[in-house]
Amino acid sequence: MSKTKLKIENLYKIFGPRGKSFIDPVKNGMSKQELLDNHSHVLGLNNINLDIPEQRIQVIMGLSGSGKSTLIRHINRLIEPTAGAITVDDEDILSMSQLQLREFRRKKTSMVFQKFALLPHKTVAQNVAYGLTIQGEQESIAKEKSHKWIESVGLSGFEERYPAQLSGGMQQRVGLARALATDAPILLMDEAFSALDPLIRTDMQNILLELQKDLHKTIIFITHDLDEALRIGDNIAILRDGKIIQKGDPQQIIMKPADDYISDFIKDINRGKVIEVKSIMQKGSSKGTSLDSSCSLEDALKVLNNEKNNECSVVDDNGKRIGKVTLDAAIGALFREKASRNKEKYK
Amino acid sequence: MDWLAEFPSLGKRDLRDLKKGIDGSFREWSRSNGDAIEAFFDPLYFFLVWLEKLLIATPWPIILIIVAGLAYLGSRSWKLALGSVVSFMLIGYFGMWKDMMATISLISVSTLICIAVGIPIGILMSRYDRVQSAITPILDLMQTIPIFVYLLPVVMLLGIGRVPGLIAVCVYAIPPIIRLTNLGIRLVDKEILEAADAFGSSYRQKLFSVQIPLALPNIFAGVNQTIMMALAMVVIASMIGVKGLGMPVLQAVQNQYLTLGLMNGLAIVALAIIFDRVSQRYGQRLQAHRYGKEHE
Repeated sequence: MSKTKLKIENLYKIFGPRGKSFIDPVKNGMSKQELLDNHSHVLGLNNINLDIPEQRIQVIMGLSGSGKSTLIRHINRLIEPTAGAITVDDEDILSMSQLQLREFRRKKTSMVFQKFALLPHKTVAQNVAYGLTIQGEQESIAKEKSHKWIESVGLSGFEERYPAQLSGGMQQRVGLARALATDAPILLMDEAFSALDPLIRTDMQNILLELQKDLHKTIIFITHDLDEALRIGDNIAILRDGKIIQKGDPQQIIMKPADDYISDFIKDINRGKVIEVKSIMQKGSSKGTSLDSSCSLEDALKVLNNEKNNECSVVDDNGKRIGKVTLDAAIGALFREKASRNKEKYK
Repeated sequence: MDWLAEFPSLGKRDLRDLKKGIDGSFREWSRSNGDAIEAFFDPLYFFLVWLEKLLIATPWPIILIIVAGLAYLGSRSWKLALGSVVSFMLIGYFGMWKDMMATISLISVSTLICIAVGIPIGILMSRYDRVQSAITPILDLMQTIPIFVYLLPVVMLLGIGRVPGLIAVCVYAIPPIIRLTNLGIRLVDKEILEAADAFGSSYRQKLFSVQIPLALPNIFAGVNQTIMMALAMVVIASMIGVKGLGMPVLQAVQNQYLTLGLMNGLAIVALAIIFDRVSQRYGQRLQAHRYGKEHE
């Protein structure tokens, strides 16, 4: 586990003119609905606690209205919290002056937006260089850096075009390049790929994952799409009604959904592709073929089926044996638990 | 029941005393401060006179070349440039060249003043809601109060002549540019502003590299409206002694000279159309990037 880069503690956001005065009632259990009906205030975030590890991709997932976009905007204080603490590298974000905050936004964070939010009157090159320009970077250096990032997102040759001349996918590449150009260690991505069609979205995910291999940024990625979350997230936090209802790595979320809401959420995913062997591994050893611990069930089934006694051993990244896996366990994992069938306990 | 039939009003004598009192003190004030205020506007007067003399002294072919050049630069249309030159030649041919030059100098100076004063006010209004709610009623007042009502104190203060005329034109013509600057900046996409904030822009950087460029089409519509309203004031400004195409129109009205009125009136219309088309085309070209067209 790498070190914590960003720490969110007891964060509350109540929208409305007298938000602060409702903190205590909310802490004492006033519900979102009650707050809205009786006091016309909206509970945006309810006691968020999250440690975001350095150089990993933290996905925050939730349906619309769950508060995920509100949450990400607290990290660079585009939205001010009603109560709570946010620290980056042990530095308190909330006590920063406007000037410090501006410096923080320039140097420490950068952001990619759902609707791209490019400057329509500037060229691709100027857009990518925007963060550097406002930092007062020399023109030649800004140009050079922006050129490099335009190339790395595959937009060479489009430098002098205007955003309106590009397709959605290309516009978001500009958005990504703009965010990367400032070399900020924290990358905030607010539903960055949600407005793109599925093929382009997969493309963009690949670009992001490929870049991340070299860049090792701390990425906070907001999405409402579970497949996307499972695909790119090192860690996932699931948000509902402004509350985190489960956090963990993708395997934990699938194998041990915290409640019916989440089991319902994950019911349509392709378990064979997503679940990895390490999640169904048992203690002991086997004489069968060695399987990588991050091998998917789908691939494992084929191998297991061909084994004499339907058993394989599991090895970690270094090739060390860490356990075994059986065909029965693999088949069992393909079936989702029935807990949530017919019953709508949540709501 | 008399009090029901008649509206309770201030007594006639009291009312007369009130009006007299205010009139008297304003007259007193304007007498004692008139010179200082006039001196304050002196640079404006000299600039106006200088521009007018310059335009009249410049040989007419040069003016025509400048007109054609500006019209083409603004609109990128040969037709419009040609139309402007032909209109100018016709106006000159019918003996209105000097008056036209005087009118153009008045319109140019008043538009420049309106832009220089109006855009900063519009920016302030867009930044602070309080400023907006304070200035909006003043603009409403400026646009609806009968022109003669504010001509009166201006004339009392500065007498008749170019400067009071200029002030009257500006008061009438400045509201659209203020309103549209404010509106244009407020209409800039919130997401783009959020992006500018997220990258750590200061207010100044956001204003000059995002808000004003994106508000330009609206600001330019304001400039266009301001020019049009300034032209509309030409005749009324001539009532307080401003030379130009308005003066003959006023004479024509007073003496029933139909042809004189028509010719000068049409000359004003021609100027208005040229200014309007050129500035509108220029404003449209400013938004080219929005539709993905090629940019210069």
